[in-house]
Amino acid sequence: MIRLEPAGERAAILYLGSVISEQSAARVSAAVELLQDSFGSALIDIVPSYTSILLTYDINHYNYFSFKHAVCSALSELAENPMSRSPSRIVEVPVYYGEEVALDLAEVARSTGLSGDEVIRLHSQQHYNVYAIGFAPGFAYLGLTPKELRVDRKKTPRLKVPCGSVAIADNQTAIYPSVTPGGWQIIGRTPMSLIDWQSESVSPFTVGDAVRFRAVDKETFLAQGGCLDEF
Amino acid sequence: MSFKVLKPGLLSTLQDLGRQGFQHLGITEGGPMDEHAFRWANALLNNPVNACAIEVTYGGLELVASQPTMIAITGGDLGASLNGEPLLNWSTHAVKAGDKIVFRHPVSGLRSYLSVADGFAVKPVLGSCSTVLRETLGGLNGDGAPIKAGDELRYSPRLPCETRTVPLSDIPNYREDLELGVIPGYQFELFSSLERRRFFGHQYEVTNNIDRMGYRLKGAKITAEQTGIISEGIALGAIQIPADGQPIILMRDRQTIGGYPKIGTLTALDVGQLSQRSPGATVRFCIRDISYAQAQRHVFDRHLKHLKLADINQ
Repeated sequence: MIRLEPAGERAAILYLGSVISEQSAARVSAAVELLQDSFGSALIDIVPSYTSILLTYDINHYNYFSFKHAVCSALSELAENPMSRSPSRIVEVPVYYGEEVALDLAEVARSTGLSGDEVIRLHSQQHYNVYAIGFAPGFAYLGLTPKELRVDRKKTPRLKVPCGSVAIADNQTAIYPSVTPGGWQIIGRTPMSLIDWQSESVSPFTVGDAVRFRAVDKETFLAQGGCLDEF
Repeated sequence: MSFKVLKPGLLSTLQDLGRQGFQHLGITEGGPMDEHAFRWANALLNNPVNACAIEVTYGGLELVASQPTMIAITGGDLGASLNGEPLLNWSTHAVKAGDKIVFRHPVSGLRSYLSVADGFAVKPVLGSCSTVLRETLGGLNGDGAPIKAGDELRYSPRLPCETRTVPLSDIPNYREDLELGVIPGYQFELFSSLERRRFFGHQYEVTNNIDRMGYRLKGAKITAEQTGIISEGIALGAIQIPADGQPIILMRDRQTIGGYPKIGTLTALDVGQLSQRSPGATVRFCIRDISYAQAQRHVFDRHLKHLKLADINQ
């Protein structure tokens, strides 16, 4: 399935699936690559998400209909079920799961019926795909979490989530790159900086990459620049 | 070679056309709320299209010039004056050393643009000087702070030259009831013909909840067949219909992705007209064909380019 819809006079949204799945994610990643290769600088902004890609294009080069035609030809090779390609990169993220920073670990343990250690083991035993980035700069939606770890969002969101907090909600996990409001359940904190305005890439990962969490102890967390304060 | 800021007013920010190519990292576009007025402010001075200018929201800004230059003022009429004398809106003006420019409060419209010959000298962050408070990005020191008292906004001095004015036919009346063209798209199909008729057949009122991220409207309640969708990229001007059925128009500093159904998208130029409306103003929606919207955009761009070359002395 490929469907393109106008999104204003200089953008269009491309739908590549209708459910959140590894298959949709693989199609989105494959399509981003094909579109970048064939359009180059005529594509001004590309916002991939779970099942769609928002494309801002140069209307001095294309009108909507010629753009639609060009997108379809660029994607003629796109498989319905692309090989779940090995992710372009696996980014390892150190996480301290200690109680000073794992603000909701006890609550997560209670609602899942797991021990704190089991939550940590499950969370850090697999790699996650970056499905989408948004909400705030560098905020990556990572999935899917193991079934045993699925919890609801907090009933009352926090007004301020500490920077670097690692959190879970529904079937996904994420890291808060900056202090923002947030309703996800916090189970740890990374010392890694997730936003660097001075670097070309800004964020350590992009949609299509994979992330793996590695549990570290308090000393390592602090030695890597981690901060135990709330803010 | 600067304007010294005596008072910043409610919200005055440095803006260029916005940050391109970073939305995939969740970094918003930013840029002028009213692109029509912003582009005219630069075009009047023969500036590059992306030159950095001041967006004055609601007024209150006071500046003193240290060197002669040319400025242009466009957009909302915020009661601007030069040494106490009213300044003609949609026009260029010569400024001498020691001159004081004051924006008082809205007469019509909400946002005024003040451009200076060659633009303000601001170091861009991620390719743009546009100020985004929420992301602590852009602006004078790159940290997303709005203009504040004591700031020095640098420019290159310029000798006075002929005054230029925007043709009357290109000056919008922000007091008029506004008709906004909606390019159907996104989840248009999730709205039944009855819901669409309601949406396009009623007036909506601008509420108090308006900012650089979004404009909340109130009026006839619209219901989509689904209340949530899989999060997807949000274009400028997208019309979100959340569960309460009241439309939210996504503006320049919008979040990059979101999960509410959208009935369609306004053009950038219509977003600009909406951004000049205050709480209580009424708007209506009509269907806008994508080809018509793109043609309209080309006409505007060419018009500006053409007039720049032709010199529009009056």
